[in-house]
Amino acid sequence: MKNDGIDRRKFLKSAVAGGAAAATVSLPRAAEAQPAGPAPASQGSPAPANTYAYLNPDEAAFVEALVDHMVPADQYTPRGTELGLNTYIDRALAGGWGKGDRLYMQGPWKQGAPSQGYQLPLTPAELYRTGIAAANAFCVKTYGKSFDKISESQREEFLLGLRAGKVVFENGPPARVFFATLYQNVMEGMFADPIYGGNRNKAGWKMIGFPGVVAVHYQNVEKYRDKKYSVDPISISDMS
Amino acid sequence: MATKMKEVDVVIVGLGWTGGILAKELSAAGLKVVALERGGQRSTEADFSVPAVRDELRYVVRHDLMMNTQKDTITIRNNVSQEALPMRRLGSFLPGDVVGGSGVHWSGHTWRWTDMEFKVRSLYEERYGKKSIPEDMTIQDWGISYGELEPYYDKFEYTAAVSGKAGNIRGKILPGGNPFEAPRARDYPLPPLTPVLAQEMFKAAALNSGYHPFPRPSANASRAYTNPDGSRFGACQYCGHCQRFGCEANAKGSAHITVIPIAMRSPNFELRTHAWVTKVLKDSSGKRVTGVTYTNVLNGEEFEQPAAMVLLTAYAINNVHLMLLSGIGQPYDPASQKGVIGKNYCYQTGASATLFFEGRHFNPFMNAGGSSTTIDDFNANWNFDRGKQGYVGGFIVAGAFNTALPIGYRPVPGGTPPWGTAWKAATAKWYDTAMQINMSGSVMANRYNYYDLDPTYRNAFGLPMMRMTFDYKENEHKIGRHAAQVINDIAKSMNPTRLNPAVARTEPWTVVPYQSTHNTGGTMMGTNPKTSALNKYLQSWDCHNLFSVGANVFPHNAVYNPTGPVGALAYWTADAIKNRYMKNPGPLVSA
Repeated sequence: MKNDGIDRRKFLKSAVAGGAAAATVSLPRAAEAQPAGPAPASQGSPAPANTYAYLNPDEAAFVEALVDHMVPADQYTPRGTELGLNTYIDRALAGGWGKGDRLYMQGPWKQGAPSQGYQLPLTPAELYRTGIAAANAFCVKTYGKSFDKISESQREEFLLGLRAGKVVFENGPPARVFFATLYQNVMEGMFADPIYGGNRNKAGWKMIGFPGVVAVHYQNVEKYRDKKYSVDPISISDMS
Repeated sequence: MATKMKEVDVVIVGLGWTGGILAKELSAAGLKVVALERGGQRSTEADFSVPAVRDELRYVVRHDLMMNTQKDTITIRNNVSQEALPMRRLGSFLPGDVVGGSGVHWSGHTWRWTDMEFKVRSLYEERYGKKSIPEDMTIQDWGISYGELEPYYDKFEYTAAVSGKAGNIRGKILPGGNPFEAPRARDYPLPPLTPVLAQEMFKAAALNSGYHPFPRPSANASRAYTNPDGSRFGACQYCGHCQRFGCEANAKGSAHITVIPIAMRSPNFELRTHAWVTKVLKDSSGKRVTGVTYTNVLNGEEFEQPAAMVLLTAYAINNVHLMLLSGIGQPYDPASQKGVIGKNYCYQTGASATLFFEGRHFNPFMNAGGSSTTIDDFNANWNFDRGKQGYVGGFIVAGAFNTALPIGYRPVPGGTPPWGTAWKAATAKWYDTAMQINMSGSVMANRYNYYDLDPTYRNAFGLPMMRMTFDYKENEHKIGRHAAQVINDIAKSMNPTRLNPAVARTEPWTVVPYQSTHNTGGTMMGTNPKTSALNKYLQSWDCHNLFSVGANVFPHNAVYNPTGPVGALAYWTADAIKNRYMKNPGPLVSA
């Protein structure tokens, strides 16, 4: 299944390279090219095609490999790309949050102490761009291939190293800040309302038994005290 | 050039709970009142309705109702030798940025602070000796008594629809309430909320340990309610989306459904939203203020609003910031310990344990903001001997649920892998079968915890940002260690399948993650202009027609949430203005 992303990436690269226009056309090209790609299998409604508003093909391959590694297909949920976690991340980066909404972006820029929080002169979208490039450079140097092409066990080792601060990006953004952002976004994609592109078919909510937006529990507090409350979760768009 | 507006009697800066209470009271007393609020208007119908309001990403993670750091933030550091840097994104605390202020998105916990705080230095010195208070601990008495404030607490509790159980009515200790609370004239307006399983289990364990559990008083209406002003509340639906959300059921005590709409009906009151106050103006003598300047943030137009009185009722940090920006009072200097504006900034401390019980069902999505059963044995209980522990202050411990939504709340036992099938298995298993026991601890004032203006960073108006210098001191670490031990003893007595124990904090204060929106101090109330910014009526010692109401007036931070005394002090100040100041404008206390 992980080959889907790689194949599509190759396909997109060739589509762009083969086009007459400059590299900046990758977005419409991707949209156009997608129907020819392999249709991902999924439970319930079919997953929309993986088209991207922000991520370039290399970044898309990284994010797809990341979310499928962190959220593999198993008895709990389909894999990350089938849940739309890649779509969630892409939309977050293309939208206000990715562009630095509610983020003070004036200098002077200093590294600061960990207790002073985020101090990078990068919007989240810029952090992804530079972080993915640095991560792939590290993987090529260490494993001979970019993150999306290394083995499952190498991905595991790399991500654990990133999380623990053992992986360092020379002259790049701080690896731990990059990792913390990736991890937070994967969790958001898994558990945020499906209107944001992730948590497709409310699979994240079903996994833990979260009932969603309908929450009239005045009587349920007593009725279900220490009892399982099982309902099919309802999302914002289910009620709209 | 700023457009000069027609003079009014009162200009209110910031329209949340305190501004709303003063707007209602003073416009009803016949004063012409203008409120300037930097945020916009939101309504239950348009903004807090299902399904759109049930959006954890928008409200909890992306802070939709909160101040926007792109326009204004503060700089932060742990000590005076560090270089302060901007809080570029919100984290540790979340000031609101809408009409109604942080009272829109709070949980509703409403406590009565007592003489244990108001007479803190006197009481500790009397019982434990002068040496019991460390040299750098700049705590002082507040200049007000619980007896003076009691009727105003009552007024706020009945306005805000507080649900709870009295533990002490006029000295009579009542079963089921907090036996350590100060005497109250009457019970809460509403009975306690229906407890959730975590509360019931904590209650049993606390009783077994010899403690005195009670339902935490909270402004979540346990049934439909009409307050004395005629404002109507729905019953709380335990929707699990309380903290950081507006209330869909109008069940949460909030200014935007109570005092503000009443003020809006008065011909004496005018609200201007998106009005960002940049300065309080003084006359040539420096002893009176003459109004404020503000910018309409929708179009950049600048205004001057002359007023006979100025009330600073914005978020606590912003009230202090305006005093510093306007040159009112002497800024505090930690080296010389001279000056008062910015002094005694305090925060709170916390810790929690997660208990995992195979086979139990906690339904973490069913709770009210105030779903909390609490013990006060290590705080309001003055018989608890601090001498053995060697600290000033204390802590409360609670079994509670509040806004346990899945992006932010996914308890798993320590050692669980961070992703993959094993992570999913644990997350799926424990979401419904875990609960928490948490504590909130006091922070005593310290010489080196304070605010001043940042020398480098500026906000969107070109004004120096507020600089916050703060860290926990040994007193807080002692409280944290003791509280963690109490939590873990209770937790172990409950025999959980697995336990992530509470761990006392040792790291410096950090700007992430979220901790508490209880920032206090900076313009203290007190008895002497040399050691406080405001007198007991929250009137500036320097300019008698300037008042400031908010947690910025607290000389230290207690264990409890601050909104109870903040609301009571707003009514107290409204009475002082109506009954005393209007008759004879001038200092209400002679310096």
